[in-house]
Order: sequence, then C-alpha cells, then structure tokens
Amino acid sequence: MKEDNKVVSKGNQKDERIKKISFFRSLLSRPEFGALSGAILVFIFFGFIAGKSGMFSALGIVNFLEVSAQLGIIAVAACLLMIGGEFDLSVGSMIGFAGICIAIPVTIWGWPVWLAIVFAFSVAVCVGYVNGVLVITTKLPSFVVTLAMLFILRGLAISLTRLITGRTQIYIDRTVVEADPLAWLFGGKVLVGFFQWLADQGIIAARQDGIPLADGIPMSILWWIVLVVISTVLLVRTKFGNWIFAVGGFQKGAYNVGVPVNRVKIILFIFTACSATLFAIIQVLSSASADTLRGSLKEFEAIIASVIGGTLLTGGYGSTIGSAFGALIFGTVQLGIFYTGIDTDWFKVFLGVMVLIAVIFNNFLRRKATGEK
Amino acid sequence: MDKKKVRDVNDNSDMELDKVSRFFGTVIALKDITFEVFRGKITCLLGDNGAGKSTLIKILSGVHKPSEGDMLINGEKVILDSPRSALDQGIATVYQDLALVPLMSIGRNFFMGREPVKKIWPFRFYNKDFANRVAKEEMAKIGINIRSAEQAVGTLSGGERQSLAIARAIYFAKNILIFDEPTAALGVKQSGIVLKLIKHAKEKNLGVVFITHNSYHAYEVGDYFYILNRGRTVGNYTRKDMNREKLFNLMAGSKMAS
Repeated sequence: MKEDNKVVSKGNQKDERIKKISFFRSLLSRPEFGALSGAILVFIFFGFIAGKSGMFSALGIVNFLEVSAQLGIIAVAACLLMIGGEFDLSVGSMIGFAGICIAIPVTIWGWPVWLAIVFAFSVAVCVGYVNGVLVITTKLPSFVVTLAMLFILRGLAISLTRLITGRTQIYIDRTVVEADPLAWLFGGKVLVGFFQWLADQGIIAARQDGIPLADGIPMSILWWIVLVVISTVLLVRTKFGNWIFAVGGFQKGAYNVGVPVNRVKIILFIFTACSATLFAIIQVLSSASADTLRGSLKEFEAIIASVIGGTLLTGGYGSTIGSAFGALIFGTVQLGIFYTGIDTDWFKVFLGVMVLIAVIFNNFLRRKATGEK
Repeated sequence: MDKKKVRDVNDNSDMELDKVSRFFGTVIALKDITFEVFRGKITCLLGDNGAGKSTLIKILSGVHKPSEGDMLINGEKVILDSPRSALDQGIATVYQDLALVPLMSIGRNFFMGREPVKKIWPFRFYNKDFANRVAKEEMAKIGINIRSAEQAVGTLSGGERQSLAIARAIYFAKNILIFDEPTAALGVKQSGIVLKLIKHAKEKNLGVVFITHNSYHAYEVGDYFYILNRGRTVGNYTRKDMNREKLFNLMAGSKMAS
C-alpha cells in the first residue's frame, strides 16, 4: 500500500479523490489476468496429475511449448485484429494455402526454398489486402467476408494442388530444406549445443547414442516470443497501437478525429494472413511436407486463445500477452491430457468450458472498465 | 430572401463555402450554400431537423466532399478528403456523438488520431506522459478537474465527456472550431457551461461554428446567423440586424414553410 502512494504522488500532485488501488486490484483489471491465473492453475493441475509422466521433462516442455507457440503465432495476429474490431476466419485455410505456395514451387518448379518463402509471404500480403479491402468497401461484417475466403482458399489449395501434382499432399526433400540459407530461420532449432551439453552432463535425458531427446528449442517458440513482445510494444507504446484500440472501440468516432481507419484495418488483415503463412512455413519446413488440409479450425483456435487471453469479441480491448497465455493454456492442456492418460476426446469439452468462463469473465471486466451497470 | 454575403466592416473571412451543393444519389441535401466563418466570431447555423445542418457540418469537417462548389480557407481553395485533412488545416469539430472511445483512457482519447510521439532512434513511441499531462491540463483550463488521465472515458459522467470532447477540439483547432449541437442533450445548467465554453473559444480568436436548433442558445452567443431549410439558405444575418423575436420567428417560419 505504501508503495502505491509513492507512485501516485511522484507523477503529479496527489488528488484526494484518487482511491488507493491495491496491487491485487490493479492486477485484476488487466485483460490478461484471467489467462495468467488460468495458466497457473493448469500447470498446478498437471503438475500433480502428470508430474511423474514426463510431461515436465525437457522433451515434454519443448513439446507443449511448440504446440502453444504455433497457435500463439496466429493468435497474436488474430488478437490484434480482434482488438481492431474484426475477425479473420480464413486463417486456417490460409495456412493450408501458404503451405502449398511453398511446396509446389520447391518440388515441382525447382525454386530455392528462400524464394518460395518470399513468394508465400507475397501471396499472403495479397490475400490480407483483399480481405481488408472487401470488408471496407462492402461494409459487411468481416465474419461473413472472411468466411467466404475460408472456402475460397481451401478450395483453391486442394484443387490447384490436385491439378498440378495429382495429389493433395506434397513431400519435400529434406536435404533441399537443410541446404537452404533461409530455411533454418523457420524450421530450425536454437541452443542445440546447450541441449547437447545438458545431456552430456546428465541433466536432461538422452538417447543411447548420446543425442538428447530434446535437441534444441524450435524456432517457432522464438518467433512466438518475438511477436508477442513486438505486438505488445506496438499496442501500448505506439501511435498505431492507439489507432487499433480506437478503431475497434468506436470506428466512426475514430475516423472523425482523424484516425486512418481503412489503413489500420488493411494492415491488420495483411498481418493476420502473414502470421498464418509464418505458421505454414514453420510446419512445412520442420515436417518437410505440405498438406492441403493443414490448418483446419485454426481460425477458431486463434480466436479462442485471444478470448481466453481477455480480448473482447466486440473489439477495442485486449492484449497480445493475454493471447500468449491463452495459447499456452491451449497447448498445455492439449498435450497434458495425453500425458495423464485421460481420453483426449475430453479436450474439446474442457476447451468449450474455458471459452465460456473466459467470455463471462471478460464481459464482467469490460462492464467494470466502462462503468456500465 | 437575403442570400448575399453579409458581414461587419472589419471581419475577414476565415473559411468560406462558395455555392456548395451536396447530393446523395437523387437526394439534394444541400443546394448552392454560401457560408462564411470569421475569426474571433461565432457563426450560428440554425435549422430544423432535415434542414441540412449535419451535411453542411460534415463538409466543413471533411467527412463528406461537396458535390459542387468550392471551399476556401484564408482565401485559398482547399479540398478536404477526410477529417484528418480537415484537422491538418486546423479545423476541429465537437461531434454530437463526441467521438470518444469509452474503453480507452482520457489521455489516449484526447490525442486519438494525433498522438504525440517520442523518438528513440530508430523508433517512434507514443508519448504517454505528455498526452496524459496535456489532457489533464486542458481539462482543468475549462474547469473540469479529472482524477487521472489514465481512467477510462467510460467511467466519466456525461458532462465530463462533453467537456473532454470540447477541450480536445479547442486544443487542436488552429483556425475553425465546429460545435455540432453541443447543447442538444444537456440540461439547463450544463447548456450554460457549454455556451460559456463556446464564448471561450471565440476569445481564443478561433472562427467558431455553432450548430443548434435552439434559437435562445444561438441568440445568446451568436455574431452571425445562417438559417437553413430543406437544404437551402433561408437567411443570413449579422447580430446588428437580428433580435431575439426575429430569430425565433425565422426558426418557426422555416418550420411552417416545411
């Protein structure tokens, strides 16, 4: 309590009307509070239930972090877009489409991997741009416009792939991927030496030939952390971040005081498509294969992670740190259930309940923030 | 009726609409409107519902572009293609819906669209401390002492929100300040405060445009009076050749005419 007083009186003169806000209360009013406490609960739960099953071994941790990270990457973008007041349901299809945008050039046309990556991102920019322009010009809910794009992209992915290769799955030669100068940035692993050292010291488990079971940190985890940090700085510390909140909170008002609403929305749609492409590139390069059906339902998982993370479905409020905790809960439970030996079908039940709790909790917080009764 | 330009001898036009029309499809919202705003004077724009007041305001504040006619600022022709370019010309508006985002803080709302930045090479960050300090100071200048610029606008009372919107517009208006029906939803006491703020803006040597359908409010502060009806100028008067009854009758007359 004393600490709080100091902070208040340092900035400007103390106002007798400022109620002292305890640390706990100010924490409670943060959007990511729910997801943070949820994540802690999930870890305590699985710590007790699955603590001895290897879930919290180096390999187990890397595994559930990797699942969380891949979802987290698209959740960051979906979260920004939701704060900006729009949805993108084409994220999942974009993952499948971006996957073949890499695999076909590399395997059929003989492009180098790095060029295919550049190509895939260019396609993503176009798709995001089209999404944004359609939403702006038609003034239809983005829910409907991107639902159409969901089918268009998935259909294109399947039919183009079948037309060109005669199949719907494409395998890439692993040596081609490994030789590429840019591929490691997406499909590689870092701290390989450190993990080897840990294994040599006997700190983490290794195979009989001395190679550790967990042989490094996948790049996806790094991408996730970098994106969360950048997007958080963007949201709370830049002009553009203020515009995102403004556009999602009250679009007409924002436009009337000079916020370039259309530009903000188009950039957010482009970023969302690019995040789906990043997800696809990571998957394609680490598995050396592309499947036209990849990414199904990911759009909903990204929205769920954001909602669990405290972002309002109605826009104008939220945090990408929250979406990261949402994705972490998602990944931990998805793999944790497997370790506990509970039938994995229960995961969906859990997910549904989580979403319900999160939405009710968020709604309560929003009413407190806006002073609504 | 009198459609000529009228002005007091010493007044120079700050902004001028020259024969402006605006059509929405086949609907003629405004036709051949000539309208002038003078620095340091309050120009009242009166008219009944549907007279075209809102359309005219949207043209002045850059929301709509005129279908015909020119807009001049300090004698030079300008084209405003968005509220952003209007603000760049020093034209700020207090909108009827206030254009505030309830979920955002007072400081963020105050600088929405015109955020101050702090350069830390190679980045440009939103200068939160500056925004919060200025928002608090500017609110205090018009008599509202807020607790903290960090609090969400949603937690403010209606009067405080109105004051925030006005303080913001006064801060950013360099040439013209437009009030779009600021007293429409207010009680007697609050209306009095807003009228005082309108006069305050006039003293800052801004060209003030005051839209209302309340002839008493208009007469209390106005220097010039434009009366619109059905998208056309019905009359345009200086304070000298206007009195309370005449204004009231003109308003009532324009009602009958419709």
